[in-house]
Amino acid sequence: MHSNGFFLKDVAGFLGGYYSAIAIMNGIAALILWRKKGQVGWALVWTAFAIAMMVLASLALSGSSAMVPALPAAVRSAVNRLSGPVLYTLGTMALLTVLFVFRTFFVKPMVAWSILNAMLVLMGLSMADENFASIVMKPDNVPIVGLVFLLAFFTWLATKQAVVNDERIARGLPPMEKENDEKVLVWPDLVYTELICMVAVTAFLLAWAIFLPAPLEEPASSVKTPNPSKAPWYFLGLQEMLVYFDPWYAGVVLPSLVVFGLMAMPYLDFNKRGNGYYSIEERKFSYLTYQFGFFVLWITLIILGTFLRGPNWNFFGPFEYWTPYKVEVLNNVDLPQMFWVNLLDRPLPKAPAGASGLVQAGYVLLREAPGLLVMGAYLLLLPPLLAVTVFRGFFAKMGLIRYMVMANLMLLMLTLPIKMILRWTFNLKYIISMPEISLNF
Amino acid sequence: MAIGETIRNSQIWKSIFRHPMPLDRRNRIVVMLTNFFLHLHPVSIKKQGIALSFTWCMGGVTFFLFLVETVTGVLLMFYYRPTLEWAYNDILALRDVTSLGILRELHRWGAHAMVITTWLHMYRVFLTGSYKPPREFNWVIGVILLLLTLLLSFTGYLLPWDQLAIWAITVGSNMARATPFLGYEGPGQQLLTVGGIDMITDASDARFGLLGARFVGEETLNRFYVLHCIAIPLAVALLLAIHFWRVRKDGGISGPL
Repeated sequence: MHSNGFFLKDVAGFLGGYYSAIAIMNGIAALILWRKKGQVGWALVWTAFAIAMMVLASLALSGSSAMVPALPAAVRSAVNRLSGPVLYTLGTMALLTVLFVFRTFFVKPMVAWSILNAMLVLMGLSMADENFASIVMKPDNVPIVGLVFLLAFFTWLATKQAVVNDERIARGLPPMEKENDEKVLVWPDLVYTELICMVAVTAFLLAWAIFLPAPLEEPASSVKTPNPSKAPWYFLGLQEMLVYFDPWYAGVVLPSLVVFGLMAMPYLDFNKRGNGYYSIEERKFSYLTYQFGFFVLWITLIILGTFLRGPNWNFFGPFEYWTPYKVEVLNNVDLPQMFWVNLLDRPLPKAPAGASGLVQAGYVLLREAPGLLVMGAYLLLLPPLLAVTVFRGFFAKMGLIRYMVMANLMLLMLTLPIKMILRWTFNLKYIISMPEISLNF
Repeated sequence: MAIGETIRNSQIWKSIFRHPMPLDRRNRIVVMLTNFFLHLHPVSIKKQGIALSFTWCMGGVTFFLFLVETVTGVLLMFYYRPTLEWAYNDILALRDVTSLGILRELHRWGAHAMVITTWLHMYRVFLTGSYKPPREFNWVIGVILLLLTLLLSFTGYLLPWDQLAIWAITVGSNMARATPFLGYEGPGQQLLTVGGIDMITDASDARFGLLGARFVGEETLNRFYVLHCIAIPLAVALLLAIHFWRVRKDGGISGPL
């Protein structure tokens, strides 16, 4: 932990403006609700909240450690102590599941608005922590903060419309997009919208460019390796996968599969419904698959890789100082070791000295037999097995080739979460480990 | 409004705009058909197809950001020299000395924003099921454009030639070293030998092809500069043209059938 003296003075102006902006935002919301009939209660709630935010803003502007609103030190250290890759990943998954299952509740404007306010206040309180602020305010990390809020907003916007449509379809009505069927002229209706969007984006970009200077560090030096060394932020999900897989899989094969899988999607999704309007109930399988891939395997890994991975790619809590001296025990074991040594209590199979190349290869295959059999079963036996059980309907509709492509993409995508769980529970390092041909999986 | 009238009746004006102002229904249709920049659009469109709650305008914003990147990028190219001697100093001068050095901020933040808006556009297209027939192939082109957007951003990341730049590119391009068969640390590369001579070395593998050298150096800077300023933008421009053309040919913006 570092002293807070100078840091708080630096961040005070920002936080003052930040809380004032939340106050103004809620003031406007209250005004809009006040004018609507029957929303007076909520209008009063947000007015009170806006006043509270003004109080926080003035406290923050003081810049003194006694006044600036912050999370209590005990809470921060508890969060640091509790957080780790396991809780982070399972926690986000649980959160997304709750949001999905109770979506009809969470899309209600007042509920969503409360959550937005809670997120903003939590963010503000966290920004008063020097360690948190130093990571989040790094110029190249700012876009990710924006991305989180944008994704939250657009997911809400889409889910709200999907909930309405699903409910309409259940009642036998067409989706609401159908109601707006009448045609309008592109000039002026569309070109003016485009113009306004362009002006808004330009203004936003100019403001961003004025208030946040682009990063420029020391001149490049090929002998001074920074710790941690990180790829650009949009690739940090891939870099995070390196914890669980070797570069050939995490950095080459999986990304290629992501691109291929995305391209294949329209040819695999045989469901004709849900074309051209928001809906979830009509296409639950593809919806959940995409959301799992996008949110769990891409976005949350980027956030983890950017904000929570420090020197030596160790995990750090959100309020933890990134010390390069943090030591983590590495006691991961390969599957052959587990099988031959730990389970059967025998040495690893090894070719006798001077054996021919073929014999040596045979011994390598014997040594790796457990992993090869597991992977063989996973990739070759599971697809047909699934075709006659859970995916029976899919198989019938898709035909052999399309089904096999879909099933294999699905299984390969799931290798990541499965490997994560195996690592967390059994400290499993590699399922197959053949350094002879640089093949570790 | 005599001056306005005179201008609009002049031969020059009339040679550019072949019809009166788009103030009535007829001329609002004619303007869409006769203006090069507007003819990408249809003449009329379903109301829900232009509702912001439906489109989020993210495809349009992405395209606009591409234009912003092109304009700011060309202006930055007048100033920046992609050599070890000058690259860092030119960026330093853009920050500290040069008028309109803010072009670099606009370019960098625009690039980040473009990555995000591409994802959001794709997210919207997925959530509305708009990749479904007849728009399957346009989705495929979109995926390639997504990949090219990431590559544009990645190649541009190196150009400031500071610590952030070379180490991010080092970490990223180290992956190519592990390409199966084609990277010198990749699985199976040992099998590619001819007469006992290893074909895949650190001077002939996929990473070498990407960097133009064994490590991120001046060759890489030049290679990434050309990719960033010429090769990838040209590919993007071509694919964008096809992407937009196909939006129209595949039945315009999606909507319930």
